[in-house]
Amino acid sequence: MSIKIPIGPQHPALKEPENFTFTLDGEYVVKVEARIGYMHKGIEKLMESKNYIQNIPLVERICGICNVAHTICYAQNVEYLYEKPIPRRAEFIRVIIEELNRIHSHLLWIGIAAHLVGFDSFFMYTWRDREVVMDLIELLTGNRVSTALMTIGGVRRDIDDSKAYKLRKGLDILEERTKYYKKIAEDEKSLLVRLRDIGRLTPAEAIKHSAVGPTIRASNIKVDVRADDPYAAHDEVPFNVITYDTCDVFGRLMVRIDETLESINMVRYCLDHMPSGPIRIRLPNAPPPGESVSRVEAPRGEDIHYVKSNGTDKPYRYKVRAPTLGNLSALIEMLTSKGDYLVHVADIPVVLGGIDPCMCCMDRSVKFIDPVKGKEWSLTWEQLKLYAKRKWEKEGIKAKCP
Amino acid sequence: MSITPLLLKHIFKKRATILYPFKEREKVHLPEGFRGELKFFREKCIGCGLCFRACPSETIEMSVDEKGKRPIFYLDRCTRCQQCEEVCPTKAIELTQNFETVYFDRKSTIIK
Repeated sequence: MSIKIPIGPQHPALKEPENFTFTLDGEYVVKVEARIGYMHKGIEKLMESKNYIQNIPLVERICGICNVAHTICYAQNVEYLYEKPIPRRAEFIRVIIEELNRIHSHLLWIGIAAHLVGFDSFFMYTWRDREVVMDLIELLTGNRVSTALMTIGGVRRDIDDSKAYKLRKGLDILEERTKYYKKIAEDEKSLLVRLRDIGRLTPAEAIKHSAVGPTIRASNIKVDVRADDPYAAHDEVPFNVITYDTCDVFGRLMVRIDETLESINMVRYCLDHMPSGPIRIRLPNAPPPGESVSRVEAPRGEDIHYVKSNGTDKPYRYKVRAPTLGNLSALIEMLTSKGDYLVHVADIPVVLGGIDPCMCCMDRSVKFIDPVKGKEWSLTWEQLKLYAKRKWEKEGIKAKCP
Repeated sequence: MSITPLLLKHIFKKRATILYPFKEREKVHLPEGFRGELKFFREKCIGCGLCFRACPSETIEMSVDEKGKRPIFYLDRCTRCQQCEEVCPTKAIELTQNFETVYFDRKSTIIK
């Protein structure tokens, strides 16, 4: 006999409102259905009513934790429209802030993963040391979380020698602490037992479900936008793409710890090799008409932004694909028992937490619900095209639909 | 037992918290580039409206008085992104280090 249990939208195991329906056979999960759409924020439509400069703080609020990745993605997307290179120093500063943001995000996740498996002293260790990197971000940008450092055509604040000195000192503390965490994660038996062979995702499945970020790298596939399609100063800054072949939550933990160490080295390299010069160029308010796509490796995975400009000072269309959307179908694969791989109910929180979910960033789906008739439906691509065609024809414009 | 040396180290450390807001108010740590409450110098303003165009949260509205166009700031909507200060050609807007922005009534958040 199988029973269905709903988890979410409000549930202690979930930090953000999403609904999962688990079909259980005894203690094992045999089927998972995810329902997204609880946090549709309407950011894309709001962006069409604001100009490009006003949109920067708005883009920053797509995601609180990986705000730097989203703002870099937005800024370089609009810069691609102008087809003008930005100063090299600005690109280095972008990499520094991005990597500090990654360190902060990964330390936060390591703490949460430890908390989810009930290892709360590890959680308090990482969150205490996360304060170091938060203070460094505050020193460079003036704010702990919402950095507001990126702008179209460069960055808004420079890094002088005294700040660089403090940055290096903070990085030394972080490196020492992160190496200690790596030792804990490798040696601590309770952590190993709890994370080994939990949330299995084989390399073939990872590719099939187009997983991104540390989730796919823990399945031994080298995918990293910083290496595959370098942006900002990543073409010059050397780093290793970290992969693990354990294909489980333990691998995801180790990938994140190693990436933190890589990021510390990248920030040091940037500080040593940063050229002098201006930090921003002034660009006209309205970019030329055209469209562009930009990709950035956010702490959670690949972040894709698309912009279409019609020559005015407001974007005609803006599209955001946050990394969690890429990981969601892989998550369902991880949560389903098949063959000798069994998912217990107790494993659900740690597998859910394993992809570092940021549901509110990715929620852009809409489902039509008729509460009176109790009907639910969504539009297909063909129906949407027909709807758009009718709307344009009503306004007297002949639409071209492919 | 690896927790013991860390524990001993922290017993003799200074406390991390401060007795805000009644005592030790001056000990509040602010970074040098902190973005605090907005301050407006009306005599410097030339009414170009650039701050109005840069503001993401509709904090700034333009009004007309005897000198021409002048901005009105609704500080309850301000996100302190500092974009208005950056674009101002005459430095009439400045973000101060004041972080205590609590008011008893909404009207006092409006600066003219």
